[in-house]
Amino acid sequence: MNLFSPPRVGRRAWKVWMRNRDVFMKTYQTNFIPPIVEPILYLFALGFGLGIFIQEIDGMPYVQFIAPALLAIATMNTSFFECTYGSYIRMYYQKTFDAIIATPVSLEEVIAGELLWGSTKSTIHAGIMLVIIMAFGLVKVPMALLVLPFSFLAGFLFSTIAMCFTAITVNIDSLNYPIYLFITPMFLFSGTFFPFSALPVQMQYFAKVLLPLVHVVTVTRGFATGQFDLGIILSLLWILAVSAILYVLSVNLMKKRLII
Amino acid sequence: MSNVVTVENLTKKYGDLTAVSGVSFEVKEAECFGILGPNGAGKTSTIRIIQCFYPKTSGKVEVAGLSVDEHPERIKQILGVSPQEANLDPEFTVLENLLVYSRYFDIPEELGRRKASELLEFLQLHDKKDTVVEKLSGGMKRRLLLARALVNDPRILILDEPTIGLDPQARHLIWDKLRDLRRQGVTVVLTTHYMEEAEQLCDRLVIMDNGKIIAGGSPKGLIKEYAGENVIETRTSPEVHLCLEEKKDRLSYDTVGETTYVFSENPREALAELLEVCQIEKTTVRRSTLEDVFLKLTGRELRE
Repeated sequence: MNLFSPPRVGRRAWKVWMRNRDVFMKTYQTNFIPPIVEPILYLFALGFGLGIFIQEIDGMPYVQFIAPALLAIATMNTSFFECTYGSYIRMYYQKTFDAIIATPVSLEEVIAGELLWGSTKSTIHAGIMLVIIMAFGLVKVPMALLVLPFSFLAGFLFSTIAMCFTAITVNIDSLNYPIYLFITPMFLFSGTFFPFSALPVQMQYFAKVLLPLVHVVTVTRGFATGQFDLGIILSLLWILAVSAILYVLSVNLMKKRLII
Repeated sequence: MSNVVTVENLTKKYGDLTAVSGVSFEVKEAECFGILGPNGAGKTSTIRIIQCFYPKTSGKVEVAGLSVDEHPERIKQILGVSPQEANLDPEFTVLENLLVYSRYFDIPEELGRRKASELLEFLQLHDKKDTVVEKLSGGMKRRLLLARALVNDPRILILDEPTIGLDPQARHLIWDKLRDLRRQGVTVVLTTHYMEEAEQLCDRLVIMDNGKIIAGGSPKGLIKEYAGENVIETRTSPEVHLCLEEKKDRLSYDTVGETTYVFSENPREALAELLEVCQIEKTTVRRSTLEDVFLKLTGRELRE
């Protein structure tokens, strides 16, 4: 099987999306609150707490510097967890994929639906975060509202990365590897809590080529602070290109895993 | 009667392992067709190819005249599938499970609701319609799986072990419902480990072993052909074996631990002979069942 053959996905992918949305609506009381609380804690502890001891960065107070990064991190974590643990549980433990592909929905559409759902969940979480951050006056409105559609795209990117790992993982515990070796370093070194320019130059090149969160933070911070430049356009292009490639790859890897 | 499912010379390989090897059979409109066999015989692989889950390695498989390679979407539109492993949505209620499932078939919501309520009535789940699936008993989950397989009014119902792990009451209820469906003209293809189930439900069946079909026919026909009408059961002992060995041209026998089974065309005579000549005590004669056929054909050693 060619891992880069374009998947055939029709409108039925939305039925899978709707299924996940319906579960979400039923269980939001329990599943919804924790992922929202975490970034708010960071905002307070690092932004307002630690921030007192830190001088301005790029002409803005520290809390304003990290606020867009927290939006980007929420976007990343939400879709990455959804399409690793969430999708793995549906695939392996609940056999939900088996149930769905017994209907006219194809496996390609199931995976596409999962990715779209991961993106949607990122948008929901980023949206709630955005409201809170806006309430503190930490972003420039209305430009900052662009973060919302962007978080769908960024969520899609992280969903496709997550789905590739889900497709190749041996078991659910092995999903710890990408979480600790990929997500956590990105969380710390992507221009999130200190300026990207503080990294050694070689590291900067490496990070720009390989770490998606670097680009997501760049774009989010650009929108949030109302500064639009060439760097943002390049980052957007990077995100679009990598999403497209990984979308195709993730669907095919899943087919390879499940259709034997 | 036309063929609803045609399988010709089907082979399925997983790497070096050949799970299904040159299997052919056809299922006719409105019949109940059984696929029996020990674990690892290739039953589930065969079924999964028919329902367009897995691609076949070679051979021809058609459902309702459509090739599984070319028209999976159209085939799946007319299939109802009840899998071996319950894969209901645990977070949803009974009713929601049916509604979400009918959405996959593009059934309009209003129609889906009407159908769901009809099916819950049919499978005696109406009182449970707002119960979350996690809280259902095993029997209820099986019934819900069957209800879910019927949301699209399937022409063909595929059941992989439909009553696995159920108590006799729950099992009989499902059998009754399957008979109702048959009368409505639904074609049923099922796999089962329960010989009584196959005997009760199937018009025709095949027995598979090691990826091949080793026997096929109606349950009655198979019993007659392979086990005779009656089986004599007796206690195993060296004397009995010695005595039976001498009559090998007229009797066949089979030993499992403490019990020896004797098959004969003429059980009355055979019994008399055993009692007199072999001096066997504790002997019973009973009607042969499909289980006798199954064990005779597939052997008695454990399969895992």
